[in-house]
Amino acid sequence: MAITVKLPTQLRDLAGGAASVEAEGDTVGEALESVFAKHGELRDRLYEKSGALRRFVNVYVGGEDIRTLDDLDTPVSAGAQLTILPAVAGG
Amino acid sequence: MAAKQLKCRECATEYPLEARYVCSRCFGPLEVKYEHEPIADVGSVRRRIQAGPQNIWRYHDFLPLEGPQPQTRTGLPAGCTPLIRADRLAERLGLGEVWVKNDAHNPTHSFKDRVVSVAATRARELGFDTLACASTGNLANSVAAHGAALGMDSYVLIPADLEEQKQLATAIYGTNLVKVRGNYDDVNRLCTELSGDRENWAFVNINMRPYYAEGSKTVAFEIAEQLGWEIPDRCVVPIASGSLYTKIAKGFEEWIGVGLLEGAVPVMNGAQALGCSPVASAFEQGKDVCRPVKPDTIAKSLAIGNPADGPYALDLARASGGSIDAVTDQEIREGIRLLAETTGIFTETAGGVTTAVLAKLAARGDIGEDERVVLVITGDGLKTLDAVRDSFSAVDVEPNIDSFEAAFAARGVRV
Repeated sequence: MAITVKLPTQLRDLAGGAASVEAEGDTVGEALESVFAKHGELRDRLYEKSGALRRFVNVYVGGEDIRTLDDLDTPVSAGAQLTILPAVAGG
Repeated sequence: MAAKQLKCRECATEYPLEARYVCSRCFGPLEVKYEHEPIADVGSVRRRIQAGPQNIWRYHDFLPLEGPQPQTRTGLPAGCTPLIRADRLAERLGLGEVWVKNDAHNPTHSFKDRVVSVAATRARELGFDTLACASTGNLANSVAAHGAALGMDSYVLIPADLEEQKQLATAIYGTNLVKVRGNYDDVNRLCTELSGDRENWAFVNINMRPYYAEGSKTVAFEIAEQLGWEIPDRCVVPIASGSLYTKIAKGFEEWIGVGLLEGAVPVMNGAQALGCSPVASAFEQGKDVCRPVKPDTIAKSLAIGNPADGPYALDLARASGGSIDAVTDQEIREGIRLLAETTGIFTETAGGVTTAVLAKLAARGDIGEDERVVLVITGDGLKTLDAVRDSFSAVDVEPNIDSFEAAFAARGVRV
């Protein structure tokens, strides 16, 4: 079973309007790479030129922020759900 | 109005003044950008402000609202809270001049009424009929009350373990109170997702966040006005998301920019609870981003483990020559008591954090003798009664003089 990546409204235009896309991989980084393979423009929105996640992008695995886990190396298993959200909210 | 666009703080892309909070190019936060006319006659602008209503709408020209000055006899006017000279507190801490900005004096007893007033008014201008928020409690009170005052539906999402007082003081206004089984960061994530799909809801601290955050500048405007149009040397401010802390500095900066004030932005000291101190930790470690934490502190109103404005708070602390410090739960309780015993102001746990950090700075020798320091107290002690429960005992007596005197004699006190 594939991994599901939920996209925020701000990014859906770059994935043909879809609210979520399917991904493959053993880590968050690999899963996102598989998404970029189909929707290339997403890479620039999510990553700095250095390849690090932009500081105002949050990625969650099963509701946990990957920055509290192993960042892009956080393992994911089949059936997992990744959620991408803008960081600047709340408070 | 002087507000012209929303501008990304990261890549400077500009957007119209709509319900939008994040840059679609880089995900950076959007901030309201103003183009103020230079003020030719400072005295006349100061007099106009002073002749304005006794609430934040006296600063209407510096807030991102399109319409005329909002009706001040409707809604829930916030602001114009007391600035009290706290000589007994200063003396206790060995400091020269300390003032307390007591924002517990707002309609729902916290500074959040300032930001919600601005967000709710802007939400109405943009045609929204429903307010919503992710809250650590004070915002919940304020959004529910503003919804009631303005006749707007509201949805208030809180962590399920929030203090009972804050839950009761929210539900009473007839809001839809939603208890989320998780911490504030879980609530915030849920609301961020919800806000993407409910475009007719004004989430005050998400899609209305650029307007909401501007309300915090009024704390700085009031401090300056109350000090006779002067800037204090130092402000001690609590940090949850970092929005209040950074916007107080922006308030001073804007007024310096237009010529209403002379001098520089104060030294800005941020205050966090040790049990949720991602910004204080990053400051100490010399980092420019915060690593999210799982909060574990009695200061629930500051319990944001993943602070949105953390990077900007770090920039400000360093640029202003300040610091961001953290204090333990025990120090927070002592801070509440210190403020209460020396000023007569009973603050909630967040104010305990702020007061304890002031004490820490004083003990460390960071504050000069001739400095004028403002302590920003953001909420009322009645909101977090559990923090002081069992911290004192009453004298129990029968209704006669013998019993009264015996009770005090037993304590070794003659009365």
